[in-house]
Parts: sequence; C-alpha cells; structure tokens
Amino acid sequence: MGIIQTKKLVFEYIRRDEEGNVEGITRAVDEVDLDVSQGQFIAILGHNGSGKSTLAKHINAILAPTEGTVWVDGMDTQDEEKVWDIRQRAGMVFQNPDNQIIGQVVEEDVGFGPENMGVPTKEIWERVEESLKAVGMYEFRKHSPNKLSGGQKQRVSIAGVIAMHPKCIILDEPTAMLDPNGRKEVIRAVRALNDVEEVTVVLITHYMEEIIYADKVFVMDRGHVEMEGTPREIFSQVEKLKSLRLDVPQVTLLAHELKRNGLNIPDGILTIKELTEALESLK
Amino acid sequence: MLRDITLGQYYQSDSVIHKLDPRVKLVSTILFIISLFVVDHIIGYLIAGLFLAVVIRISKVPFKFMVRGMKSIVVLLLITVIFNLFLTPGEALVTIWKLKITKEGLRIAVKMAIRLVFLIIGSSVMTLTTTPNNLTDGLESIMKPLKIFRVPVHEVAMMMAIALRFIPILLEETDKIMKAQIARGADFESGNLIKKAKSLVPLLVPLFISAFRRANDLAMAMEARCYRGGEHRTKMKPLQYKKRDAAAYTVVVVYLAVCIIGGRILPGLIDINGIFGR
Repeated sequence: MGIIQTKKLVFEYIRRDEEGNVEGITRAVDEVDLDVSQGQFIAILGHNGSGKSTLAKHINAILAPTEGTVWVDGMDTQDEEKVWDIRQRAGMVFQNPDNQIIGQVVEEDVGFGPENMGVPTKEIWERVEESLKAVGMYEFRKHSPNKLSGGQKQRVSIAGVIAMHPKCIILDEPTAMLDPNGRKEVIRAVRALNDVEEVTVVLITHYMEEIIYADKVFVMDRGHVEMEGTPREIFSQVEKLKSLRLDVPQVTLLAHELKRNGLNIPDGILTIKELTEALESLK
Repeated sequence: MLRDITLGQYYQSDSVIHKLDPRVKLVSTILFIISLFVVDHIIGYLIAGLFLAVVIRISKVPFKFMVRGMKSIVVLLLITVIFNLFLTPGEALVTIWKLKITKEGLRIAVKMAIRLVFLIIGSSVMTLTTTPNNLTDGLESIMKPLKIFRVPVHEVAMMMAIALRFIPILLEETDKIMKAQIARGADFESGNLIKKAKSLVPLLVPLFISAFRRANDLAMAMEARCYRGGEHRTKMKPLQYKKRDAAAYTVVVVYLAVCIIGGRILPGLIDINGIFGR
C-alpha cells in the first residue's frame, strides 16, 4: 500500500439557497482512484474547476469524502482521532503565500508547525535551521515575510511544512501567483526536496513545464482522472491535451507539428535538447 | 500615504531593547504611560522626555519611524488641544471674537499634547522593538492568571498576533483597491463629509470581501499545520527572564520613582511654581 491511496473518492459541493434548500449538487471529485508510493514525484494537472484542489484538500484531511475512502500512510482520513497525525505526515502548501504565513519573522513562521505538534524547544530550533537550509532561505531567517519576494515567501511556506517532518508534501498550485523567476525557484526547491530528502511530492499545477520532472502525471477534468502516465506518455497525446483545454510546452508542440508534417521524430519530446538531438539524427 | 502607520511594524535591529523580555517591555510601557498621567509639572515631563530619548537612542530605531506613527493621531491631537485651549474657564490671555484663550486652558492643552505625543512614541518604541509574536507571547504570559476566570488567553493572544501581521497586508490591499477605483473614475477627495463617506463604500466592500477570503485561507493553512489551540503546544522562543531584564525592571521602577518625586511631590513641597510655571 502506498503512502497516499484513494479508492472511489467522491466529493460533492452542495449549493443551498437562502432558506437552506438544496439548489444543486456539484461533483467536484468523481470516483478518483489514486495510488502514490513513498518517494515519488507526482503531478496533478488540470484546468480551472477540474477538481484538483478539492482532491488535494482530501489528502490533508481538510475535506472529508462524500463517498469512498482516502488513506494516508495507512490511516483513514475520516478517523477523527488520526486527523493530526495525518496532517503532520501530509503537509500542505497553498497558492497564496501571504495567506499562509503566520509568523512576523521567517524563523517564527517555520517554527509554527513544530510548536503546534508539541516538539521540545531545542528540537524546534534544529528543525527550523535544517528546513530553512533545505530551501535555501537560511540567510533570511530574521527577515520579515512582508519584505520577501513571492518565490521566497513560497519557499518559506515549504520550509514551514518540512519542519513538521512530513512523509509527503502536497503543493496546491504553489506557483500560480508567482513570476517566472519565482516559479523556477520554487520548483527547484521542490525537486531538491524530492531528490535529497526523499519526501513524496504531490504537485498540483496548470503549468505544463513544471511537470516534466514528475515520475507520474495525472490529468484531471471535471472531477475525473482523464489521463495517467509518465510525462512523456502524457505529452505524446497532444490532441487529447488540447481537447482538455491544456497547453503543451512549446518544444513539445513544435515537435508534434513537425511530426504531423512528415518528419520522423519520436513522440513526447520534452526539452529543447531532446528535439535538437532528434533533428540531428535525421540528417 | 497608507503605509505611514507604524503600529505593528517591527524594526529589525540588535539593540539591548530588542533583546529584552517582552513582559518587561509591556510592563515598562504601562508604567511609562502611568508616569505621564501622574506627573503634573514641567520637571516631570522633562524627566519623561529624557528617559524616552535615552530609550530610543539605545533601541537604535531611527526617530523618523516613531514620528511616522504620530501622523495618524494628528487630528485627535488637534481636537484635544483646541478644545482645551478655548473651553477651559479661567483668566483670559487672548480674546478672539467670543472665544478666549485662558491661561489654564493653555496649560492643560500643552500638558495633554505632551502626554499624547509621549504616549504614542512610548508605545511605538515597544511595537517597533518587539516582534508581534513576541509581544503576544508576553501578553499571554502576563494574562495567564485570567485563565481561572475562563478567559481564552491563548486564543486572544493568537488573534492579536494575526491581526498585527495582517495590518500591513491589508493596508497594501486598500492602496491597491483605491488606485483601481481611482483609475475607473472614483473620487475620494472632493465633496462634503457625507459624500466622502459614501465614496468609501466601493473601497470598503471589496476590502471586507478580500479580508474574509484571506481569513478563510489562513484558517485552513493553520489547521493544515496542526494548529489546535493552546493545549499541547510548545514554544519555539519560551520566555525566560535574564539578568538584563531584572536590570531593566530596576531602571523603570527608579524612573517611575524619580518621575513621581520630581514631577509631583517636589513641586508641591517647595514653591518653585513661580519659577517654572506649573
């Protein structure tokens, strides 16, 4: 059994009018089966309203499933007694960096999670130091979060989660509000975390270029998992991605168009290097 | 212009004042404020001013940061001064039409102005040298006895810390919304008071909506990081009195004593009012 597993997960938002009568039901997540093993880098891709954020909130036990089950490290998220263990094991980073930083000083914010868990003072300091170093924000430990850039704030948020020593970390569109440089910074930190610390990563995003490093990609649309596979497998199906209103990285798109017009190059090209190599071998 | 409010803005530095225990700073600020209202003579205000100047010097916070905080109370200050100036009965100094400035009025007005200015600067020193987290830790610790009366001390402290952290963020947001509305032709400047108040509606409504959204996000982020109230919680920076804290307490108590003697008792004993003019 993997670190995160969902079985026939269904979640419905119920809309009510002013008197409390049910106006309509929206299925945000519809029969999703997921199995993530320890140490993997998973990307969940989807257009706005595809249910990817709703799915993420289930892994952290913020939302409880309408039907089906979610297990995190073997614990059922509906088990009230295990909620805090689950939240410690599956840390979560949200979209807006300003709305998730609690401390007025970087180090105090990183210490917030361990404080809540009841970690002894001395160990909190060790954890804060090591997690700030892991995301490369150690020299900013005494700064005010208000004076940091978006990418730096997000790295602080990630450090705040790592300090809780989670087995897995879920990032819910962590780069959506950042500029391209900030996006690169954050993705680099997340990859380092996955490579060096062997933390399982679930990255939710709608930026295609962020998923090429993932071990496995799930593409969601209207609550369903529409596609599943390695980035290469996903990107070889350019037409299908387009029908799901998702953009393909420019290199992949170029390779796809070249192939369609008769050039003999492989499917699912992800980087500029791969494309130049493929083109050179044609000579 | 909206960034000028210093309250809740921490100024990073490594002075002794910064390192003091927040409880010391809280108690000292309260004692300082008390001293301002006990003192009734110019000597007392001189002592208070000197003390404040020395503390600001030691704190290494540029003086302009404290002055910035003053801007927000200028109106309050003016109203206080004007009312006292004209409405205190007594011996008339200057008469303009039906209004007269009295000697007593002038004295009270100056006194109130000094008190208010010192009060704001004094509390700015505390907020500028203490991180809000530290400050609320201090408050929580001081108010702990209230737990017996079922006062949710930890929760109140946490709320204050969050409020303080979000002040600069919400100010920035107000600025942004204001600019966006001005760009679309909104007018915040002209018109009478009622018109001005009405023009604030398109500013306040989006601000409130966004504040609620932020609150919702923050609550979720806190829960995701295992926040479940004050129980089982450990402290990253537990409060421990050190030698310098004891020294600071001594200094403040001595200051208070000097203030009371110099600014209240002494002038009563010896008649030096003639020289200094109470």
